[in-house]
Amino acid sequence: MTHNAPDVRAIETALADLGLAAPATLAPDVLVEIGLADRFATIDSPIGPLYVAWNGRGVSTVEQAGDDAAFEARHRARTGRAAFAAGGLPPELAVRIDRRLSGDRRARVPVDLRGRSSFEQDVLRKAAEIPRGEVRPYGWIAAEIGRPKAVRAVGTALGHNPVPLIVPCHRVVRTDGTLGQYSLGGARNKRAILAWEGLDPDAFERLARSGVHYTGSRTTHVVCHPTCRHARRTSDAHRVSFRSLGAAVEAGYRPCTVCRPSSGVAVAA
Amino acid sequence: MDSDDALTARLAHDLDGAFETLVRTHQDRLYTIAHRFLGDVHEAEDATQDALVRAYRALAGYPVEQVRALRLRPWLATIVLNLCRNRATRRRGRAPLSIDLEQPDGSTRPEPAADAAATPAAVLERREARRRWAGLVRQLPPVYRAPVVLRHVDGLTYPEVALALDRPEGTVKAQVHRGLALLRTAYEAAERLEREEMTA
Repeated sequence: MTHNAPDVRAIETALADLGLAAPATLAPDVLVEIGLADRFATIDSPIGPLYVAWNGRGVSTVEQAGDDAAFEARHRARTGRAAFAAGGLPPELAVRIDRRLSGDRRARVPVDLRGRSSFEQDVLRKAAEIPRGEVRPYGWIAAEIGRPKAVRAVGTALGHNPVPLIVPCHRVVRTDGTLGQYSLGGARNKRAILAWEGLDPDAFERLARSGVHYTGSRTTHVVCHPTCRHARRTSDAHRVSFRSLGAAVEAGYRPCTVCRPSSGVAVAA
Repeated sequence: MDSDDALTARLAHDLDGAFETLVRTHQDRLYTIAHRFLGDVHEAEDATQDALVRAYRALAGYPVEQVRALRLRPWLATIVLNLCRNRATRRRGRAPLSIDLEQPDGSTRPEPAADAAATPAAVLERREARRRWAGLVRQLPPVYRAPVVLRHVDGLTYPEVALALDRPEGTVKAQVHRGLALLRTAYEAAERLEREEMTA
């Protein structure tokens, strides 16, 4: 008995009917991977829950928001991109952020700074070098990136930091030693974060008010920013205070090569 | 100017603004190619995602004129097929993949509108036919499988298949014909087996 073998035409028709629809998750996954959309979730922080958005290029937003809708709207207004709610951060990213926030500077957290000018990116990258528990003046950043007169612009760039905490703009303070403004919910939060990082904000401000902006060690004759880890290692008996770097240099002290206090200050030669 | 020409013009002008349209326009056919080539839902999804990401990065690096001149359909097919071949090579020697049945769970194309009026029996029959032919395509040697899928499942023209596979047009025509002949033989063999089983 011969059976009905399909002719070529029938095979072609059958093959043409083999189309499939891509899974609904595919397009969002692609768009997030290439950075044309983001995902977001919340993390705990010393100032309460924070919204974090990320894409394949890195973390794009850290922000306080009342709810998901408010966050999405602000994220879209700032970046022009959609943000999809995720259950949580990808585990690897969560671990990196945790390590970074607890002071491990070897933990690399990629950030997506598209839309920031190259000056703003320089400012943010420089701020990211300040270790946990330490602070530097705005003028220090300006000098370190080769724009010593752009102190006010540095402040503005830090105020527009899209990824606060991850880029620790809270570690940049006013040249007079007061803590200054903070984009993530105001000055009170800046104080809270610095305290959580092990700095005593009240003591720091008291010191600055009393006119101390630099600290030296009598044993090493090195002068530092007061919060530099080398300055803090100096025992009270060996610590010496200076109002200005010029005064320190005159007294025979050389600037620390780690916290580089000479940046941002006209040193009297 | 067909829709792909309009799209390449937009991509050349504003890649970030136009790329989502490329994803939405081509994701189903790329996923279909990957799925019919690999026969596995997850592998197909990964390969398709990877292909679209690579397409974006390639476009970002191309000069405007090159983007404008791209033949999107065959170009994207080349990318996804290369990734499928790599995956097929990598998984060789590993445990066989789970058999992937045609399921009405969204992993397959929703039934066309005409099917709304189809009887349940007709729907089942069609699903069974899709399952059977998909299985046969998967059994084809890769050298025939790729041109058959591109020509008859994806619907590329012969010049486009030749472009996508970087083979002469005469070669891909011969390979498609040979592939269809193999499919027909395999179909008959399967039918014969089924009849024997039923009469056994």
